[in-house]
Amino acid sequence: MPQLIIDGRVLEVEPGKTIIEAAFENGITIPHFCWHPALSPDGNCRMCLVTVGAHKKDSDGALLYGDDGNPEVSWFPKKQIACATPVTDGMIVDSISKETVETQNAVMEFLLINHPLDCPICDEAGQCKLQEYALVHSKGKSRFDEEKVAKDKRVQLGPNIIFDGERCISCSRCIRFADEVAKQPVLTFVGRGDKVTITTFPDTTFDSPYSMNVIDICPVGALTSMDFRFKARVWEMSFTDSVCPGCARGCNISIGVMNNEVLRTEPVTNMHVNNYWMCDHGRLAVPTIVNNNRTSGPMIRRDGVLESVTWDEAIAATVERLKSFKPQEITILGSSLASNEDNYLLAKLAKEQLQTSNIDYIQHLSHDFGDDMLRVNETAPNAIGAHTAGIAVGTNGHGVAKLVDRIKHGDVKVLVVLEDSLDDFSDELAEASAGVEALIVLTSHTNLTAKQASILLPTTVFAETEGTFTNIHHRVQHFSPAVVTKDNERLMTMKQSRWDKFGAPNDRWSSGEKRDARPAWKIIQALCVGLGANYAFGSSGDVFNDMAHHLSGFKDMSYPSLKKHQGLILGKGNSPEKEEEVYQSHVMKPA
Amino acid sequence: MANVKTNTEAQRLTFWERIYLPEIARGMGLTFKQMLQPTFTRQYPEERWEPEGSYRGRPVLVLEDGKERCVACGLCSRVCPALAIEVRAAETTDDKERYPEKFEINMLRCIYCGFCEEVCPEEAIVMSKDYELVFGSQEEGILGKEKLLVPVAQLRDRLEFLRQWK
Ligand code: SF4
Ligand code: SF4
Ligand code: SF4
Ligand code: SF4
Ligand code: FES
Repeated sequence: MPQLIIDGRVLEVEPGKTIIEAAFENGITIPHFCWHPALSPDGNCRMCLVTVGAHKKDSDGALLYGDDGNPEVSWFPKKQIACATPVTDGMIVDSISKETVETQNAVMEFLLINHPLDCPICDEAGQCKLQEYALVHSKGKSRFDEEKVAKDKRVQLGPNIIFDGERCISCSRCIRFADEVAKQPVLTFVGRGDKVTITTFPDTTFDSPYSMNVIDICPVGALTSMDFRFKARVWEMSFTDSVCPGCARGCNISIGVMNNEVLRTEPVTNMHVNNYWMCDHGRLAVPTIVNNNRTSGPMIRRDGVLESVTWDEAIAATVERLKSFKPQEITILGSSLASNEDNYLLAKLAKEQLQTSNIDYIQHLSHDFGDDMLRVNETAPNAIGAHTAGIAVGTNGHGVAKLVDRIKHGDVKVLVVLEDSLDDFSDELAEASAGVEALIVLTSHTNLTAKQASILLPTTVFAETEGTFTNIHHRVQHFSPAVVTKDNERLMTMKQSRWDKFGAPNDRWSSGEKRDARPAWKIIQALCVGLGANYAFGSSGDVFNDMAHHLSGFKDMSYPSLKKHQGLILGKGNSPEKEEEVYQSHVMKPA
Repeated sequence: MANVKTNTEAQRLTFWERIYLPEIARGMGLTFKQMLQPTFTRQYPEERWEPEGSYRGRPVLVLEDGKERCVACGLCSRVCPALAIEVRAAETTDDKERYPEKFEINMLRCIYCGFCEEVCPEEAIVMSKDYELVFGSQEEGILGKEKLLVPVAQLRDRLEFLRQWK
């Protein structure tokens, strides 16, 4: 393997790597704009210029060292771009000497010549590579006295993306993403010199299901999201790591919240799940799932209408109904939309407290959602998890397939539904469910089933609680709460954005709704306790530890280890993948 | 404490001071002397005080050509140590692209530090000469755009002061 020295550190790297890759793998960051580890090197921005040389040898071929013991180097006369220069054995690279940095500064000056003074109105500001490097590599004064070139500032490249020609530094990351990753080669440069700009080919539009990733990888604010444009500045939001519930891939994401409302979703690099990307569907679905159409406050149906009640009343009423029927008259539906913890306790309720074997969940399968990149046909995040946590039809039990017939025969008196809307299975089932004596619904959304409920117990969504999903490749992944509910309020204070954290009741800016919803496991635990169990789980973590103790799949797992390794595979809790440097194009620098 | 000598007021005073009368006469003397001096008292509110451009009164938004200069960048709101400012941006069709759809300063929070003015890249928020701030309720203390926008002509002194000294 070639051995080289970068900034005095001796590194051994695989042949064929470029200097910037070798440096990155070893924790050295060389300034760059156009290089992205997932894209082919293009070498157009010149920000990564470094000084490269070779160790001097004498006429016998022996390496020469100076008096100070350092190697004597014959430097190449011209600087080389680190992103497109392959490493060779014995190479010596310098990226930090005064001379090299001055070269990088000069490149920066060129890049800034025509760059507009847009930071105050630019969505990228605060997480912009150009700003970041301008701080280190620029004098803060322009020597350019002439007029800056004016370009189109609002070009629609696709249904979700707006392009600002002036801010673009022509790094071609977006073009290469469209060509190589999204496989929709519709973007191109047009024009020459300082007039160069990006456009779509005639009669095309950039509408790939992954198009919005270019917004993240654009090193500047040239590409903005139609969905998010101007909604908030990055420093006004809190960002929380989470898992996309859009499909069973479980892309790692970061959720941006302000005023207790989800405003933005971004992919988080996880090389074992989603690489650097996520799909547009997931990105746009997350704010909708969390913000819209939510249930809040428990309700009981009296004389045909749902009335608000206290939690204690609702729990007591539910317990009473569960007690008044025989085990085989009760059917329990877990959910592939709910977390492992929720399903685990629901399975315990069914098996240990109610002793019913009629337990199942509704599958969410699509025929055309999946593709050969990230999206999979299983459109609920946690089917594997629900099954592993114990949601499976028991011996002599009946599943969801026969449910309609059984309801019609009067065999089902109580139906407990977690998260799902029964019309997702079939309209027939939704209709039939009106015929059971008690329809107990634990759900986060006011769906059809919630409207039919006899007792409605509002649950939190993934973004309001801590928990885990198990993705289609059996990877258990951890998510943290990003949004405040009445239930988690005390735990959330320090995690909120500056605005939400310090808002007082008389401040109009801290008016975001805090929903009266509880994690499903907490509600189910209360039901179990009402039925005589002695569970005392204080947090999702306690439930998870119990799972790790009792279910072989989750053995040796814990929240800290899941977080540390970006998820662990079922049954392999003690053999995580090797940890590697993770490239994140879009980082919000700590204030 | 044992070696500390007691030193009460009564012990410090001389006999003449203790009977007060000469002191009263001296005090009255001073009062009568001042009565004959020129007066400095301002008959506020009939007589108002006009501050200099350097004065930091309530922060206001500059109104120019019928529009706010503000582009809703939120920097004032970020820098404000008292979290008095809330800005919500929206898109416009003109060149500036964005404007503050909502701009509120909570005058009950504001401490008149002038940081908002200092950080503003557009010279769009400045400290005015307005020092008369009375509110009947907490709600009234939150000023919206309609109360904040002040025509640029009325702010010349401050803008002049900023050009010279900022
Ligand atoms: S792209 Fe970066 S440097 Fe350019 S205006 Fe936006 S934030 Fe500022
Ligand atoms: S729009 Fe962004 S990603 Fe595309 S070339 Fe310009 S700067 Fe690069
Ligand atoms: S591929 Fe699936 S998990 Fe990934 S972002 Fe899309 S919907 Fe979410
Ligand atoms: S003067 Fe100071 S306290 Fe008042 S709004 Fe401006 S920054 Fe905030
Ligand atoms: S990162 Fe090497 S030339 Fe752009």
